[in-house]
Amino acid sequence: MKLTRTDVWRGVAILAVFFVLAWLPAVPGADGWLSIVVPITMYTVLATSWAIFSGPTHYVSLATAAFFGVGSYTLALGLESVPYPLLLLMAAVLGGVLAAFVGWATLRLSGVYFVIFTLGLAELIRQVFTWYQNNMGGSRGSYVFTDFTDAHIYWQLLALALLVYLVGWLINRSRLGFAIRIIGGDESVAKHSGINVAWSKIVLFMVSGSVAAVVGAILAPRFVYIEPAMAFNPQLSFMVVIMALLGGTQRLWGPLMGAIPFALVWEIIASNFPAQTTLLMGLAFLLVVFYIPNGISGVLLRWYHQARARQGVSHE
Amino acid sequence: MQILITGIFLGGVYAIIAVGLSLQYGVSRIMNLAVGEMLVAGAFAAFWFSTAQSLNPYLSLLVVIPVAFCANWLIYRYLLLPLVRRAKTRGQLEVDSILVTFGLSFTLVGIFLWAFGGQFFNYSFLSVPVEIFDSRYGQNRVLAFAIAFVVCAALWIWLNHTRSGLSMRAISVDTRAASLVAIDVEKSSNFAFALGGAIAATGGMVLSTFLTFDASIGIVFTLKALVIVIMGGVGDIRGAIVAALVLGITETVVARLIDPGLTLAAAYVLFLLILLFRPQGLFGRAQT
Repeated sequence: MKLTRTDVWRGVAILAVFFVLAWLPAVPGADGWLSIVVPITMYTVLATSWAIFSGPTHYVSLATAAFFGVGSYTLALGLESVPYPLLLLMAAVLGGVLAAFVGWATLRLSGVYFVIFTLGLAELIRQVFTWYQNNMGGSRGSYVFTDFTDAHIYWQLLALALLVYLVGWLINRSRLGFAIRIIGGDESVAKHSGINVAWSKIVLFMVSGSVAAVVGAILAPRFVYIEPAMAFNPQLSFMVVIMALLGGTQRLWGPLMGAIPFALVWEIIASNFPAQTTLLMGLAFLLVVFYIPNGISGVLLRWYHQARARQGVSHE
Repeated sequence: MQILITGIFLGGVYAIIAVGLSLQYGVSRIMNLAVGEMLVAGAFAAFWFSTAQSLNPYLSLLVVIPVAFCANWLIYRYLLLPLVRRAKTRGQLEVDSILVTFGLSFTLVGIFLWAFGGQFFNYSFLSVPVEIFDSRYGQNRVLAFAIAFVVCAALWIWLNHTRSGLSMRAISVDTRAASLVAIDVEKSSNFAFALGGAIAATGGMVLSTFLTFDASIGIVFTLKALVIVIMGGVGDIRGAIVAALVLGITETVVARLIDPGLTLAAAYVLFLLILLFRPQGLFGRAQT
């Protein structure tokens, strides 16, 4: 793999940004707004990993909550017997296995089956889990006691974000990324040029699923008490999709552009109109789909190209 | 035997919802993820009629059907038709319609939550037992099944024995060819979507006479309806009815013999089997 000079500079710049961001909890009085920064970072990671799969393939996954919940429960159930870093790894593996299963069942067929399967997946796992805990496990919820503060969670999420960006960038440059862009453009062309279509999609969905599961595991200590209805909350899947769409899925940095403004606006809405949150969320979603189909990053890119074009004209 | 009959009664009601969705997906080409919310709207209307007005909940159909028809007509005309026109390919339309109806379903849940709150609702109507083959069943369930039978039969006759029904079937086979033989595809699709929504709301009304519901239960029924439509073959009313009965029986068996909390898992197992062995649906032909 060859790196150009721009690639190196860009990498250094991104590392520098992350280095600065890592000092955020050290700012005096940070405890208050870390409670907003942590969800923003969480949604950024989730939306970016969502877009890694759903962006190029146009397969809308509505199952983020399912992976998130699986991750949370992996941590909650294993905390007492397994060392913490191993649990994160286990969450990643379980998320990947679940994604592989869903992908194996649906991704060999057309996209509709995939959407339907993911639509109820969180609800299905919640039902099965509740049933299992009612009949075999005793209590419904589990306590998660750790000595992590918001800052610890934030650092872990930040590290995960860096990893996601790195993986996304590597995928984009790899044969797999190239294959997936062809699949997104025209699936039969991809088939005819010898690409293993189903396999490529399944691998990518596994990446997306394991990241969501790890996020669930990292976030679990923040809830302290976990129960199925909370861990598998369908609202999470919805939020991730809307943020990714608002930001735009064409570029790796797109979902970031959506997660930051939406999470901030969300904070305001949730505190001022607690009774109408679901309604406003649905309306916001419709607005995004109708009026910003390519997302904020799409709009920015268009302006950038227009500005370049105008400059080109004035130079001549 | 008792399980079988209860299952068939439940499946009948599922059939109402599924044929509604089948019209919307088969003819109008909209995979409507908000169909469950139409159902919940019908259920709330019946609840309001029965408790606040102390009227017969079935009277609410006089309001539910026209209102749901108009609401769905407007939804298609102003939310979905622009997407149909904007879409260059079938796949593009699929993605757009999934996103819009998904947003719509959350919007509707938001309205229900705002208007009625998040608790569970049920009311009692005709919960008098009736004896069939030495077992007892609620009269409300029997009546629900009768309504389901009437709705499905009417739809079947309309689609197979009238001229307008024939044009619906033509559109579901090939949109472009249908417009070549002087069928107004946009108008017919709009009508099919509106009718499908009205049927789904009717199903919700009927369902509410014997089932407890809440504002956010729609998604479960959306999923079941989608599984039924896929299982029966897209746009195939006969297949949808058979698939609905299969799902109804399977769910009742699971609920009685294993655990009532696992009904969704039953639907998923059926879905998985269909995906693995007959992705074209029970009566569908394999695409060449």
